[in-house]
Amino acid sequence: MSNQNHIDRQEFNITVYTEHHVGLLNRIATIFSRRKMNIESLNTSPSEIEGIHRFNIVINETEEVIRKLTRQIEKQVEVLKVYYHTNEDVIWQEMALYKVPTDVIAEKALVERLLRENGARAVVIRKDYTVFETTGHREETDNLIKVLQPYGLIEFVRSARIAIIKGSEGFNRKLREFEVAEPSDEVKENEYLNTGESIFTM
Amino acid sequence: MLTQEKHAPELTKEEKTISGGEALILGLLQEGVDTIFGYPGGAIMPIYDSLYDYREALNHVLVRHEQGGIHAGQGYARASGKVGVVFATSGPGATNLITGLADAMIDSTPLVCITGQVFAHLLGTDAFQEADVISISAPVTKWNYQVTDANEIPAALAKAFYIAKSGRPGPVVLDITKNAQLQQFNFTGHTPCSHIRSYRPTPIVRREYIEEAAALINQAKKPFVLWGQGVMLGSAEQEFKAFIEKSGIPAAWTIMGAGALPSDHELNVGMLGMHGNYGPNVLTNECDVLIAIGMRFDDRVTGRLDKYAKQAQVVHLDIDPSEIDKNVKATVPVWGDCKETLPLLTQLVDAKKHEEWLQKFKDYTAQEVEQVIQDELFPTSGEMTMGEVMQQLNELTNGDAIIVSDVGQNQMVACRYAKLNHTRSNITSGGLGTMGFALPAAIGAKFGAPDRTVVAFAGDGGIQMTIQELGTIMQSNVDVKIIIVNNQFLGMVRQWQQLFHERRYSFVDITSPDYIKVAEGYGIAGRKISERENLRGALQEMLAHKGSYLLEVMVTKENNVFPMVPQGCSVSEIRLK
Ligand SMILES: Cc1ncc(C[n+]2csc(CCOP(=O)(O)OP(=O)(O)O)c2C)c(N)n1
Ligand SMILES: [Mg+2]
Repeated sequence: MSNQNHIDRQEFNITVYTEHHVGLLNRIATIFSRRKMNIESLNTSPSEIEGIHRFNIVINETEEVIRKLTRQIEKQVEVLKVYYHTNEDVIWQEMALYKVPTDVIAEKALVERLLRENGARAVVIRKDYTVFETTGHREETDNLIKVLQPYGLIEFVRSARIAIIKGSEGFNRKLREFEVAEPSDEVKENEYLNTGESIFTM
Repeated sequence: MLTQEKHAPELTKEEKTISGGEALILGLLQEGVDTIFGYPGGAIMPIYDSLYDYREALNHVLVRHEQGGIHAGQGYARASGKVGVVFATSGPGATNLITGLADAMIDSTPLVCITGQVFAHLLGTDAFQEADVISISAPVTKWNYQVTDANEIPAALAKAFYIAKSGRPGPVVLDITKNAQLQQFNFTGHTPCSHIRSYRPTPIVRREYIEEAAALINQAKKPFVLWGQGVMLGSAEQEFKAFIEKSGIPAAWTIMGAGALPSDHELNVGMLGMHGNYGPNVLTNECDVLIAIGMRFDDRVTGRLDKYAKQAQVVHLDIDPSEIDKNVKATVPVWGDCKETLPLLTQLVDAKKHEEWLQKFKDYTAQEVEQVIQDELFPTSGEMTMGEVMQQLNELTNGDAIIVSDVGQNQMVACRYAKLNHTRSNITSGGLGTMGFALPAAIGAKFGAPDRTVVAFAGDGGIQMTIQELGTIMQSNVDVKIIIVNNQFLGMVRQWQQLFHERRYSFVDITSPDYIKVAEGYGIAGRKISERENLRGALQEMLAHKGSYLLEVMVTKENNVFPMVPQGCSVSEIRLK
């Protein structure tokens, strides 16, 4: 599956709405690992609807492969819905933390300027070290590593990506229907099928 | 998350305090279970203790190995159409189920497997006979769940049955800790499950796709139907026959679909795939509209994918949306249960006959008969062939038996040549190709269809993988006819070594015990034959025998199964020799 044309690959943001079930993370992870595919980023969190959990998964693949994978994920019993989007279709952020020696910051005015230019914010300031935080796209958080490296960067960590879907009103309405334990016959599984290529639904 | 709890039972059932183990047994009875294949052990003892009180109502078959137990459950499910139920203890008991789970998963067989687990407070401590069964079985189960509190048992069991049998069926594991089995709790009855909010077993049928499919079919000059097990899983044999007969379209089967339409039906043109029939393979690359019904385009069926039916427009009927476009791109996807979609399609297709097109299949059949089949089924000299054993059996059973094949050359011969008059009569390990499947699956099939003759057809290699299940036959007095076609080789591997590895026969000659003595040790009648003149008489004796019977037939050592689509070749490059 992953031997496809490399040129057609791009980052896709897969959003999975699920029940909160022990073992589901493993089931979803093996959908990728059995195909020898790397997960670029994975985040789990609550969703806008109480009791429904949300995974954000980032995969670098062709759309054809992504479409097949989303169907495999949606096949899991505890998965309510799966959507996939390109980076253009979502608002996304990653957060990073940087720990640097405080004396360097205090002594070098240049460092302070660089931090400000990169939108970093101090979270903790202690005598021995200071922790900065930035939030943004990958290139932005990456950039500050390079900047701080010469000044004794002690520790760096970046969070998984979280993403909000730009055109999500329809999905939200759909999900709220799932809240109702007994769906009526009017719950039309396919109503979004014709509204856009990027939307997958049964 | 057991959403079942939200459905209050309609009647207020009498509440009583019972153990988790007893609740499980009562639940099984409520679900209509009559037979369990199992093996006890420490972590499942409370369930067995409860079973003791219900041993009249629930027939427990004590197997000789948990792999035998789960294959028996599979055979039971496939012969009866019901859910197979298997019990195993924790640790090694549960891990012995894994091969059968993988087999049931890939062949969509409904199973509920109950495994015992160590006490909840010991989970994760490397306790005696603790294995992480939920993680190990996740990739080979449709669903699994660990129960640690008796209060969860009724809903978890109801959910297990619902998931196993609904939509595209599959195996489910319920891992129940020992404390939950022992725990006394307030049992309010078992209510079957009919809805899980995150689970849509059958996609909603879209009329416009049915219409598009019918339009494609109606303008086709050379339409061709491929059907798989989905027809049987949907109990849609009648609907399928009606569709085929009205549209007049030639239809070929995958080995999982064999028997859904009788072998001798005029429009049944034979078997697909690597060792399938000549015409269906060649003409796949000549048809103009390919209609796939409840099949998943396995690589053993398609051969080389980029040269598979490229000229055809494809209509794909399947209940599992993830199968659509997985291997072969569908021009028109018809999502849904074929029990529902086929009648809609039948209404819209024109009544037709495709005589010229059908004749093409017949012409290829004639070539195949002349070059392959005649010598395989009706040899007059030399040593016996597997094909003639199957042919003689067909004549004696008239095609009414259930044939349970193992894996290897014997499987291909059985699937190619068994005459099947009835549905659910060809039981084989299709997707996983599990050697050792036949004997235990045949035992299960007999329990699932007690009125039918059940014949296990196995090679000398495969039979030795689960031969201990002769003990199950002995103890449960089940009537299974066992044919071992002994070529003194791991024949299918030898065939590949001959054809593709310059006859370098690397570890494929396998010795056998004296099977007749082994059978005798288990109190099972048996006979070994090496001469053609004894074949028919021996088969008659076997079929007439009251109770199980083992017949060993010495067949020619280096026969090959043909036709064959060599690996990496297109279906139209099928070889007759
Ligand atoms: C459990 C398992 N191990 C190995 C194989 C690989 N395999 C496929 S066919 C075959 C040979 C089977 O020999 P036998 O049972 O004698 O059947 P024959 O082909 O001779 O009819 C083997 C080893 C398998 N399918 N299953
Ligand atoms: Mg053999």
